Amino acid sequence: MPDGRFPMSEIALTTRRLGRTFGTGDRAVRALEGLELEVRRGEVFGLLGHNGAGKTTTVRLLNGVLKPTTGSATVLGLDPQVDGPALRERSGVLTETPALDERLEARETLALFGRIFGLGARAAADRAAALLRDFGLEDRADEPVAAFSKGMKQRLALARTLVHEPELIFLDEPTEGLDPVAAREVHELVRTMTRQQGRTVVLCTHNLVEAQRLCDRVAVLQRGAMVALGTPAELARRLQRGRRVRFTVAVERAAEALAALRAAVGGDAAIDLHAGEDAGTLHLDGAGPEGVAAAVAALVAAEVPVHAVVPQEPSLEDAYFALVERPAEGTVAP
Amino acid sequence: MSAEGVTRTRRWARVWALAARDLRIVRGSSAVMIPLVVVPLVFLVLLPVGVGLAARFGGQAIGQASNLVALLERTPLPVAAQLAGLEPAAQMLVLVLAYLMAPMFLVLPLMVASVIAADSFAGEKERKTLEALLYTPTRDVELFGAKLLVAMVPAVAVSWAGLALYSLVADLVAYPYLHRVLLPDALWLVLVLWVAPAVAGLGLGITVLVSARVRSFQEAYQIGGVVVLPIIAVVAGQAAGVVYLDAVAALVVGAALFAVDAALFAVGLRSFSRDALASRV
Repeated sequence: MPDGRFPMSEIALTTRRLGRTFGTGDRAVRALEGLELEVRRGEVFGLLGHNGAGKTTTVRLLNGVLKPTTGSATVLGLDPQVDGPALRERSGVLTETPALDERLEARETLALFGRIFGLGARAAADRAAALLRDFGLEDRADEPVAAFSKGMKQRLALARTLVHEPELIFLDEPTEGLDPVAAREVHELVRTMTRQQGRTVVLCTHNLVEAQRLCDRVAVLQRGAMVALGTPAELARRLQRGRRVRFTVAVERAAEALAALRAAVGGDAAIDLHAGEDAGTLHLDGAGPEGVAAAVAALVAAEVPVHAVVPQEPSLEDAYFALVERPAEGTVAP
Repeated sequence: MSAEGVTRTRRWARVWALAARDLRIVRGSSAVMIPLVVVPLVFLVLLPVGVGLAARFGGQAIGQASNLVALLERTPLPVAAQLAGLEPAAQMLVLVLAYLMAPMFLVLPLMVASVIAADSFAGEKERKTLEALLYTPTRDVELFGAKLLVAMVPAVAVSWAGLALYSLVADLVAYPYLHRVLLPDALWLVLVLWVAPAVAGLGLGITVLVSARVRSFQEAYQIGGVVVLPIIAVVAGQAAGVVYLDAVAALVVGAALFAVDAALFAVGLRSFSRDALASRV
């Protein structure tokens, strides 16, 4: 449960038609256009999209690092353009590359950033020691960062993001290039930050599993435009026609099974039938209970051995690919 | 303290913290530290000692050397007056140590400021470590100012400490011939206290502008190094007798350089806005 360190029942940030174009004339690139967002305090909000979708531009705009060409934003009650320094005292950003100076030692890195964020020398040293302990870097604290593994660098960069106890945290691809164990540690940390410490997290990722696992809500960005917004489950349901049922049949009888199913349910326009990726699997999308019953009956009648009939929960991954393959309304031209 | 005073104190604390970080990073680089140690040693110790040795062991030859004779003939009157009545070895010492070396000395602040600025601006870009700083509560002008400080303070410190060391070595070398203290004289004091910071600012300003357009520390350092040419021109002009540098001329040159520095810094600051930096990342 949140310990109430930061206010919960409020809005952490909103944007109004936020956009940014780089360059001018023929060489203009619209990195973000018309973004309308509202992130609640204490939630993990995902910005989902391919490279170049506008995620990092959004983070930079929301922290007053870039200036918008259109629209505006309010973050923690402040305008990033006017009150950038005051805002950045309360927000923390884990950049896509760790941006650590390899000549510095881990302890120095944290202490120096503590000082830059306004802590006194003593407080910065104490804070560095506490973070090194929390992030399991105590043993290597006085070694130059150059000697660190990728996972350790990422943990150090995360520790640096938290040096000033930010209430709003932006994580740009936090598990990119990490092994599964290190990635899981990051996921645990994100949960702790929000659920136990009441911080708000904006997570930029193109890792759909990560988004589904961690995010309360996600916005899908494509070529600078938001094409969907909702909880991972909502998006998945909205984009998948009804529920999917996966049939597994004997591989050598798969073609026969497909024909039998087509004969049984093929007349129903609401139902989509197709072979799955694995041999011997068939997917039935959008069939109600009667449709599934008719399909099973048809397979039994055709004497096709049925190994399994499994209802599938819609996944964010399926939804995402449905979204980004289909050009949505208002999508910016490439 | 008033609220405004507190804010100002905090902002300065932040600038110092940024500068401390940059300075720590600079110290960790052998590509930066080696020239910062070797060049002053050559200029401040080896050169005057070498001139001293030449005076001691080549005294006779110097008197007859056509180069020196020609040089003395071209020497501007005030310097020639200073040299009058001295034996040839002593003439050479005064001419080289006190007069010809004076503009050469300016290479020191120039080099120190340029090499540190190349690491701090272009090097930081090359290492991609700047982005983390953009997300700190610092203002653009504070980030920029901290980087200027990190280059200027060591450049000025090396110049001033260098003057003390050079004067000591030069006086040790020249005293047996002159029986008086040669340095520092008015020209040297003006050069080091007034012109050296201005020259450091010039190296810094040029390197900042170059750094915005190149990708690496090495590139910035090499292209920025072009700024040493005016100094070489002054040295050559002096040796040829067409340029005469005295304390008053140095005061004027320093003032002009400070004006150029101010313009360079203003342009540099514009290219150092968060928006411009993040657009290039």
